[in-house]
Amino acid sequence: MSTAAVHSLWTTASDPIAKIGAPKIEYGQLSPTLIVVGAAVVGVLVEAFVPRKSRYYAQVFVAVVALCAAFAAVVALAADGYGTTKARIAAMGAIAVDGPALFLQGTILLAGLVALFTFAERRLDPAAHGNRVDSFAAQAASVPGSDSEKAAVKAGFTTTEVFPLLLFAIAGMLIFPAANDLLTLFVALEVFSLPLYLMCALARRKRLMSQEAAVKYFLLGAFASAFTLFGIALLYGYAGSVSYGTIAQVVEGTIPNVDPALADTMGNDALLLIGAALVVMGLLFKVGAIPFHMWTPDVYQGAPTPVTGFMAAATKVAAFGALLRLLYVILPGLRWDWRPVMWAVAIITMLGGAIVAITQTDIKRLLAYSSIAHAGFILAGVIATSKDGVSSVLFYLAGYSFVTIGAFAVVTLVRDAGGEATHLSKWAGLGRRSPLVAAVFAVFLLAFAGIPLTSGFAGKFAVFKAAAEGGAAPLVVIGVISSAIAAFFYIRVIVLMFFSEPRPEGPTVAVPSPLTMAAIAVGVAVTLVLGVAPQYFLDLASQAGVFVR
Amino acid sequence: MENLIALLIAAPLLGAALLLTGGRRLDSVGHWIGTLLSATSFVFGVILFADLLGKDAEHRTLTQHLYTWVPVESFQADVTFRLDQLSMTFVLLITGVGSLIHLYSVGYMEHDERRRRFFGYLNLFLAAMLLLVLADNYLLLYVGWEGVGLASYLLIGFWQHKPSAATAAKKAFLVNRVGDMGLSIAIMLMFTTFGTFAFGPVLGSVGDASEGKLTAIGLMLLLAACGKSAQVPLQSWLGDAMEGPTPVSALIHAATMVTAGVYLIVRSGAIFNAAPDAQLVVTVVGAVTLLFGAIVGCAKDDIKKALAGSTMSQIGYMILAAGLGPIGYVFAIMHLVTHGFFKAGLFLGAGSVMHGMNDEVDMRKYGGLRTYMPITFVTFGLGYLAIIGFPFLSGFYSKDAIIEAAFAKGGTQGWILGGVALLGAAITAFYMTRVMLMTFFGEKRWQPDENGNEPHPHESPSVMTIPMIVLAVGSVGAGFFFHLGDRFLNWLEPVTGHEEGNSPVGAGAITAATLVLLVVGAGIAYLQYGRKPVPVTAPRGSLLARAARRDLLQDDFNHVVLVRGGEHLTRSLVYVDHTLVDGVVNGTAASFGGLSGRLRRLQNGFARSYAVSMFGGAALLVAATLLMRAV
Repeated sequence: MSTAAVHSLWTTASDPIAKIGAPKIEYGQLSPTLIVVGAAVVGVLVEAFVPRKSRYYAQVFVAVVALCAAFAAVVALAADGYGTTKARIAAMGAIAVDGPALFLQGTILLAGLVALFTFAERRLDPAAHGNRVDSFAAQAASVPGSDSEKAAVKAGFTTTEVFPLLLFAIAGMLIFPAANDLLTLFVALEVFSLPLYLMCALARRKRLMSQEAAVKYFLLGAFASAFTLFGIALLYGYAGSVSYGTIAQVVEGTIPNVDPALADTMGNDALLLIGAALVVMGLLFKVGAIPFHMWTPDVYQGAPTPVTGFMAAATKVAAFGALLRLLYVILPGLRWDWRPVMWAVAIITMLGGAIVAITQTDIKRLLAYSSIAHAGFILAGVIATSKDGVSSVLFYLAGYSFVTIGAFAVVTLVRDAGGEATHLSKWAGLGRRSPLVAAVFAVFLLAFAGIPLTSGFAGKFAVFKAAAEGGAAPLVVIGVISSAIAAFFYIRVIVLMFFSEPRPEGPTVAVPSPLTMAAIAVGVAVTLVLGVAPQYFLDLASQAGVFVR
Repeated sequence: MENLIALLIAAPLLGAALLLTGGRRLDSVGHWIGTLLSATSFVFGVILFADLLGKDAEHRTLTQHLYTWVPVESFQADVTFRLDQLSMTFVLLITGVGSLIHLYSVGYMEHDERRRRFFGYLNLFLAAMLLLVLADNYLLLYVGWEGVGLASYLLIGFWQHKPSAATAAKKAFLVNRVGDMGLSIAIMLMFTTFGTFAFGPVLGSVGDASEGKLTAIGLMLLLAACGKSAQVPLQSWLGDAMEGPTPVSALIHAATMVTAGVYLIVRSGAIFNAAPDAQLVVTVVGAVTLLFGAIVGCAKDDIKKALAGSTMSQIGYMILAAGLGPIGYVFAIMHLVTHGFFKAGLFLGAGSVMHGMNDEVDMRKYGGLRTYMPITFVTFGLGYLAIIGFPFLSGFYSKDAIIEAAFAKGGTQGWILGGVALLGAAITAFYMTRVMLMTFFGEKRWQPDENGNEPHPHESPSVMTIPMIVLAVGSVGAGFFFHLGDRFLNWLEPVTGHEEGNSPVGAGAITAATLVLLVVGAGIAYLQYGRKPVPVTAPRGSLLARAARRDLLQDDFNHVVLVRGGEHLTRSLVYVDHTLVDGVVNGTAASFGGLSGRLRRLQNGFARSYAVSMFGGAALLVAATLLMRAV
């Protein structure tokens, strides 16, 4: 390598010091993220300075206010036209403020708020030594089964740190679909992943399983991040920039001037293809597409159920948002290269998720495989590479996330002496004992299965329609077949709940506080509204379907 | 103003939602909430009516588009309402009579502990029926149609602790399903023929379709109408539906449900006009039912079942008129409205009698009640006079018009249909006089029941009598009011169209013949039931009377033909299903299950093997991407 090839960054020192302009930050346009980050920092301070007794209330208060304020900011930005006419790239090219970003941020914030309700639930677990406790470990650092754990339980400790962790995760997720350069993308990925790894380890019961899940998630997540980072490096080598816009221009060949420092690599298509494939792989890992899905069932099962619900909903929204932006902004010029590969991924994801779910016996694992199958359905919309494809994916994500959180919230209610009774055999005859809970869960299952008059139908219909119009008709056929396979195991749970004899030693359905009730009610309401009158929201998603470049 | 249309439906729907989900805390006020919301809907109806009257006859159609449910190319499932003169008429009838029935039920259901739920169902019934008549396309109409089916099921089986009520509800639902199938097939045919199911485009482009298709659509619509309107051959549910509380019978028979079939045929008039064969079948069904119901009505000792037979017969008149085409549409609807008044009045009167008689329904155990229940007697009596077509009362105008129109059909058909309609009028006079005489005249025949409780007939509370009085006023005056200056004709004509028929017999002659037959029918009844004491146990009677008591063997027929035949069919289908279909299905399921079990083993719980799979996946992804470029 010649000395000239050394990147100019290293040589600036010898030049006369150029005046470095202060970066221009559009605080107003970034306000949703900034509010959540700020609140998360406040949450950390609350942990440090507020007495243990009032921490829970302070944390819940801070988190609710922050999420509501951030959502209000998103709505204000959208109302101001940032979703459509005034869409722009802010923060020196790092963050896009456009329709998809705002729509997904709004979805993440609302889903986060509903998930927060399930996090804050303290009536389900029987009170330990007179203290109301939530689903999280008394003291995360104490070894399971040790004396210090017993002492922590006896003292009535709760891990209120989950609230700032939740806010940090949400903040990362807000940036993720809006990230407009690869470094921001990677930073956002880590910002939301690390709190998730931690939260997965915090279950109050079955702690070893929870910690195992967290370690697995962390190891595999780190592995996937490494691939992503490697891909980013290759893309930088290809384009001489990490900015989406610039890479896209290089792909299209509209930037002829080659950076002399990168003359050897720039424009080398092998770098582009490998780099793009690796970055996409990192995102496919996050959405749980096959063959990068192996973590999903184990982690969904081991993590505290509220965390599972949040993760299943919000991570998927954020990661699909980032995937859409990557494929639609950087890689439209490469469509003919990545589409066949994504076809294959979508097909095995749909079929694999649906088929393996058939033999699951644990409700959380069943929902995990169901989420894998859904990732496949959404991928079908992504592959459409049209404006309709974007808006159908946005709509699908909005409907899906509330169904998911609601369904996992119902899972937290069905309990026996060992905590949540997640084995399917224990759900037999639930409809006789608690018709309302079983009926609500049945609504969610029907929505997952995509039965008309639920959001699942409207969403599935939208993505399949977009895929068919985008020339992916065989994909739609396989999608419908997978839906039929998937309907089998969803309906089987309904049959189990309503048409089987209840077991004598079966679980009881705990009466939750209004928090969980609200989460479930929102889930049902969104499911039905998006199912009965989807048009307004489809229009909204359609308006938000254009990426800024 | 258009925006009020949705509120018409929303008010009772809100009531249903409140009452059915509100729980026990609404028990004390639930019935008033239900009544109030029904009345609210009526008030909206009146406001809209006033608005329509203020416009020219040609501009009296309001539409309100609420939203589109998943638009797919030409498949536009619009939630759009259409309010024109035809639907307006129905709205006023449904909400007006419906509200009166609500009010009456407050008294009638006073001692029922599930009264709140009952009102919830009543409101649901109104909402579904309003949706049915306000829909702007057949698909939305179908939603209301099914809603009516559901609500009637819930209400007929309201006293579900009685096995007979539960069975009756099931029967009504199942028989209705047959009709519903007709409607759904008709809608599918429409979509394949016209590419839409909105009223405007379908009815406007009838000329583009072949007559064969139109006949098929018409016959399927007729099948649907037969189900809801209890016409032969789908009439069997109506008599059993009397198992529901009496206000339900009044609601089903007067304001809702059975009128839906007539509405469907009149609304689809353009299709029938272009399909004469279908039209002929409609008139035949109407004429047969007209006689069928009347004959059944003659033989029943149960006061409600006698009235049910009468309903079947009167709806037969309407279907007959609707089958006559433009010469009959207006009269079908006019008779529907006047019938709404007097039949609701008669049923509420019957309910009032039962209320005072410890829920006894056998007329042979009544007798001489006129002195005990003067208001019920007078209102019931006015309804009676109206239904038999006593001069200048409601039924006189509307029924005479139908008989005239039947003759005006012309040719042999006209003579046959007109003759049947005339004969029906005579039988109507007979069976209604019989009901009247057995209930209110003669000796008292009631006895203590097995527990020694003797009924103490008494007048019902005013919350029940007021609706009866209002309906009696309608029974007396509505016909004359509509007739005067051809008001009803002018009102409805822009929607349904109208032609003056050329009757081979003069109008005067027909009226005279009707009156003579009325006197003959009533006279025979008087000779049989007024002059002689009524035996407390029914005599064996003639073969026809015995058959009529068994509803002219309708259930035996259904049992032999449909149930037995169905059993054989299902048995052979079950065989095919078990051997062939299940073989394929189970085979597929087993292969997926096996695949699932094998794939599941890949998920072994070791992070290292997961990482290997990811690595392999990434390698494949990269390789495939490069390969795509290479080829």
